[in-house]
Amino acid sequence: MLIFIIRRTGTMALTMLVVSILLFILLELQPGNVAVKVLGPYSSEEQRNLWLEANGYFDPIYQRYFSWLFNFISGDFGDSVRFKVPVSEILWPRLGNTGILAAATLAVVIPISLGLGVLAGMREGSKLDRTISVGSIITTSIPEFASAPLLGAIFVFYLGWLPGTSGMIDGFDIVQLILPVMVLVLYDFGYVTRMTRASMAEVMMTHYIRTAVLKGLPYRTVIMKHALRNALIAPFTVIMLQINWLLSGVIVVEFFFSYKGFGALLLEASLNQDIFMIEACAMVAVFVAVATQTIADVGYTYLNPRIRFS
Amino acid sequence: MAVDVQDVPRRESALLRSLKGIALIRESMVGMIGLGIIVFWVLMALLADVIAPFPPNTNYLPLATPFTPTLDGEGMFWLGTDLQGRDILSRIIHGSRKVLMLAPLATFCAYLVGIPMGLAAGYKRGWVDDVLSFLSNVILSFPILVLYVIIIATIGSSAINILLAVTFASAPGIMRIVRGLVLDLRNREYVFAAETRGEPSWRIMLIEILPNARGPLIVDACLRVGYVIITIGVLGFLGLGLPPPDPDWGGMINEFRVMSMSFPHMTVFPCLAISSLVLGFNLLADGLREVSLRD
Repeated sequence: MLIFIIRRTGTMALTMLVVSILLFILLELQPGNVAVKVLGPYSSEEQRNLWLEANGYFDPIYQRYFSWLFNFISGDFGDSVRFKVPVSEILWPRLGNTGILAAATLAVVIPISLGLGVLAGMREGSKLDRTISVGSIITTSIPEFASAPLLGAIFVFYLGWLPGTSGMIDGFDIVQLILPVMVLVLYDFGYVTRMTRASMAEVMMTHYIRTAVLKGLPYRTVIMKHALRNALIAPFTVIMLQINWLLSGVIVVEFFFSYKGFGALLLEASLNQDIFMIEACAMVAVFVAVATQTIADVGYTYLNPRIRFS
Repeated sequence: MAVDVQDVPRRESALLRSLKGIALIRESMVGMIGLGIIVFWVLMALLADVIAPFPPNTNYLPLATPFTPTLDGEGMFWLGTDLQGRDILSRIIHGSRKVLMLAPLATFCAYLVGIPMGLAAGYKRGWVDDVLSFLSNVILSFPILVLYVIIIATIGSSAINILLAVTFASAPGIMRIVRGLVLDLRNREYVFAAETRGEPSWRIMLIEILPNARGPLIVDACLRVGYVIITIGVLGFLGLGLPPPDPDWGGMINEFRVMSMSFPHMTVFPCLAISSLVLGFNLLADGLREVSLRD
């Protein structure tokens, strides 16, 4: 097990390394472009050259890459071109806000999708199963950027129940969190539900469930004691991997509701060519994605003895 | 003594057989509904000039709500007009063209890259597999929209660049699926037979293995077109889409998102349009999967 964890962490580090090279190539290969991004399009050739020299951009490319990487690992992400302050000063609070949003979303998605998935998978092919399955296809077909205005029209325009923006200008307000969470939940729960359903349906076909039913155990006990334990292993992985998707959704939702989070920051940085901010945001996003993937792998192995002991 | 040679019925051509396979979709109600939605939008796109009541970029009465008659009383803005007075229904109908051209084309390009990668990785194994699998894992570890936003914001937004970005981001996923299928199919007897005949490996991959992997790939392609439609929409929505003024659904939502809480009709209808098209592809994929699992 320990060796497995070490190996997975090693793969994770290697992935991050390749990602960093890709990002570096995409964004910093041409020093001239970096200077334009940092100093703005109206800077003179002379100014750019001075800046490039001062910041070591005339060094060979591998040297530049390694010094960038070293600074990055030691927590120095550079200065934001747009906000004129160190990237980390803005990045961490924003990431915290997105953490709140994501935690709230998962807190709703997990019970709903596990519950519906188990209900649907318990009796495969029943009317309830078909309804839940088709329902979850429909909700996953409404992308976040469409459900946000749709839900906004209903709850803000027609009913007037909720505020239409989530800027949190007067401090944290949980009411402003409801619509963004609703949008994210609506798009995300369908997939987890379908995966839980598939896992549950598979378990219900196994011999040990048939044995349990045939020996006359009450149906409730069969489900609670025998089926659920095995059926909930696969959804654990799915939920962890869902965090990767959540990071995409967060960009759309934060942009639409002007929520001051990480996704909006990344988008803003990309649109404004705020180069060091883009690099930091992208690295953080990939790190979160890869870390959750690794946790999913390790957790799955831990939860599933059939894999652990083989 | 004459040997009675029985006439072997000729096998139908491969194309006809796969078409017949797809035609099985009529046994799935869900699939038929999906197909119906897609056909509806394809017709809309093809006949946009005939069906749309107004030209998409002409300005009439601004901010008309749905069912407002035109000033001369002869026509009607069924879904209202936007801030610049353009008829929303006509813009939605015309907007279907862009999505329906770009999404299948981008998906096709992604398959064109992903399939050879998957075939090579699954059939050759060894270091080819290791390298390709690792690279695809790296790309797949990006949250997908982060990848799109960075690529498009860096290389600029145009139809070609969106095509490139979709190919780059989707090919690894396709490769993974193809590879999985090939790992299973490469141990079949007909592959051994072909190897014994001394067929070159590209022939085995393309002629023996690929046609037998088509079932799951068709289902995946349907789902993927749906995702690409979402991608194109989301890029438009984030302001990274195709340049105006020609209508594009995501762009229409973006243009008036600030006013969507006070004049919802400008954003609600493009939202419904894009959701219905994605739903069509998802239902079709579900139907195809159901039908293919049946036999």
